Amino acid sequence: MFDWKWDFVWEILPRLLVATGNTLLAAGAGYAIALVLGLVFALAQRTPYWALTFVVREFVEFIRSTPLLLQIFFVFYVGPQFGLRLSPWTSGMIAIGLHYACYLSEVYRGGIESVPRGQWEAATALNMTITQKYRRVIIPQAIPTALSGMGNYLVGILKDTPMLSVIGVAELIHVANAIGSEHYRFLEPITMVGIIFLAISLPAAGLIRLLEGRVRRKLGL
Amino acid sequence: MLDHTGFPLEITGETTPMVSFRKVRKSYGALTVLDELDLDIAAGEMVSIIGPSGSGKTTVLRMLMTLEQIDDGVIYVDGQPLTHMPKKGRLVRANERHLRNRRADIGMCFQHFNLFPHMTVLENCMEGPVHVLGLSKAEARDRSEELLELVGMISKKDQRPSRLSGGQQQRVAIARALAMRPKVMLFDEVTSALDPEVIGEVTNVIRKLVSEHNLTMLMVTHQMGFARDISDRVCFFYGGKIEEQGPPAELFGNPQRERTQQFLRAVREAV
Amino acid sequence: MTILDFLAQYWPRLLSGTGVTIAQFFLAAVLGIAISLAMGLMKLSQNRVLRGAAITYIEIFRGTSLLVQLYWIFFVLPLFGVSIDKFTAGYVAVGMNIGAYGAELVRGGILSVPRGQWEAALAINMSPARRMWRIILPQALVNMLPPWGNLMIELLKGTALVSLISVADLMFQAKQINGSTFLSAQVFGTALVIYYILARFLVTPFMRWLERAMARKLGKV
Repeated sequence: MFDWKWDFVWEILPRLLVATGNTLLAAGAGYAIALVLGLVFALAQRTPYWALTFVVREFVEFIRSTPLLLQIFFVFYVGPQFGLRLSPWTSGMIAIGLHYACYLSEVYRGGIESVPRGQWEAATALNMTITQKYRRVIIPQAIPTALSGMGNYLVGILKDTPMLSVIGVAELIHVANAIGSEHYRFLEPITMVGIIFLAISLPAAGLIRLLEGRVRRKLGL
Repeated sequence: MLDHTGFPLEITGETTPMVSFRKVRKSYGALTVLDELDLDIAAGEMVSIIGPSGSGKTTVLRMLMTLEQIDDGVIYVDGQPLTHMPKKGRLVRANERHLRNRRADIGMCFQHFNLFPHMTVLENCMEGPVHVLGLSKAEARDRSEELLELVGMISKKDQRPSRLSGGQQQRVAIARALAMRPKVMLFDEVTSALDPEVIGEVTNVIRKLVSEHNLTMLMVTHQMGFARDISDRVCFFYGGKIEEQGPPAELFGNPQRERTQQFLRAVREAV
Repeated sequence: MTILDFLAQYWPRLLSGTGVTIAQFFLAAVLGIAISLAMGLMKLSQNRVLRGAAITYIEIFRGTSLLVQLYWIFFVLPLFGVSIDKFTAGYVAVGMNIGAYGAELVRGGILSVPRGQWEAALAINMSPARRMWRIILPQALVNMLPPWGNLMIELLKGTALVSLISVADLMFQAKQINGSTFLSAQVFGTALVIYYILARFLVTPFMRWLERAMARKLGKV
């Protein structure tokens, strides 16, 4: 029943660690996409062109309300039908990046809306352009508020990378499953995956909290 | 370890005080808020506590209501120890069961009323009798309605607290506390959070309680005129001790101590 | 094949899948709420053992991904002699995962009840249990409902993962249909829309109604 084989653990550890590297890479790339795209979505919802605002808003709500897994399948299988030859890795990145961009757009919006009205008015009084207002006044003040949400989603994206296994991306769970099927032993691989995730996400969460504190202090908040 | 060998297991006799603080001490870190306080309150007596902020007045009430823990000394209620319990002939710190037992004799009204917002006025009053005292709903309702009549809030018995003014809420709070039939009633600055024009509603209810009922009452207040009118005794607190105490006419009319005089002068000037 | 033809042919399977998804949602929700209450209260307890147990549970289930937990419950638990059928494994995993997040919401809700309420309950000599049940929790409930709305959507999205252990929910049916027909756009698109409808037109309005009902009860409306 409970016969944990340490030899087996050492044997499979290298493969698991490589897969961990892939996982981190996937998470990092996805998050980078989400960071940029999320800002685009957030700002697009603040334009005076109500049609654009409406479309983006509905799109963001749609993505946020439906499962990431399904979105991954959609991009992977439907992409080719539109002439896009997408590797599992690429479709995965697009799907995850898009999904988390929508989460982050909400976080950004919250941050932007938390900046007091007076700041906008002062910026107008100084005759700043819209770009200047956002870049020099609003976004620097929006970031501390948004930081905790951003941090949470960084940890979240890490934990969602296993979903990419379903389209064949060689991340952690995929490799663990493969190992399990090859050796007919699932106990060690899957438990190790759990432990590795904890080993990454708990310190990551801690680091993020530290970073938040630093940024807050640096901005004098 | 506190040595409580000097304290009696209970106080008996013809003139047992209803409340008795014996050498009570309370500190918050380095700050001593009550310094070896001795205070006796006779049954049916109405005592007002006045003094500058930080003098320990509210702490006296809160410790009596077991909201704060005592650091040293013993508090007795109706002859029995409240903060401690007898064990093998000595007094040891009371456990939760003992506290719950003795706490039933004390009732308290707060500066910010603290009515339960998710219940109506009547339900607020019935809550204790039904769920703590175990009365039937009918009995609890009768008792509560009687008390709401007393405080003049019966017409609002099915309203939620959020719809009431501060004065109205405080009156309900008084009814709620009385519904538990405590032996001692504590009033912690019950008018300090009220608009001036509704203070009278509340003080009139307290006046009624004093004249029509024989409750022992302890009131922390800034309403000097009111305190003077209805108290049997006034205690002026300073620095965690009773600086001076006596019948209101004497304390207000002819204060003996320098600090009392200073305080009363400052209060008068503020009016 | 047009979308209408597609629906005409495949609606029974999609409907059955949706039914399973809804069942998983409810069961996971009930379990998740129960665990949240338990863990939230335990984390607030004075007892160090209870508090430690709650913290451990919460960190483990929040620090690892739902997918890992799902696989662990389905593949690894049997090795310890605990054999569960896949349907149960599905909603248990989702419920336990949600429970960890919900615990923080419960804790936050309880801590947001003003101190004066605790003191007033003590002043009428209520026992701690009664005080929590009759005075604190009802008020905490109103404060924690808004974030619970988001959590319920996450729960719905989480149920899609049970398809990976072959529970015949909407996600699973969609994959099956795609596997045999390759009508990816139609089937995955329809599935996305169904999830969206469930989230936007069932879960969210229900939570909003609940929020209003609770607020009315507190006399806040």
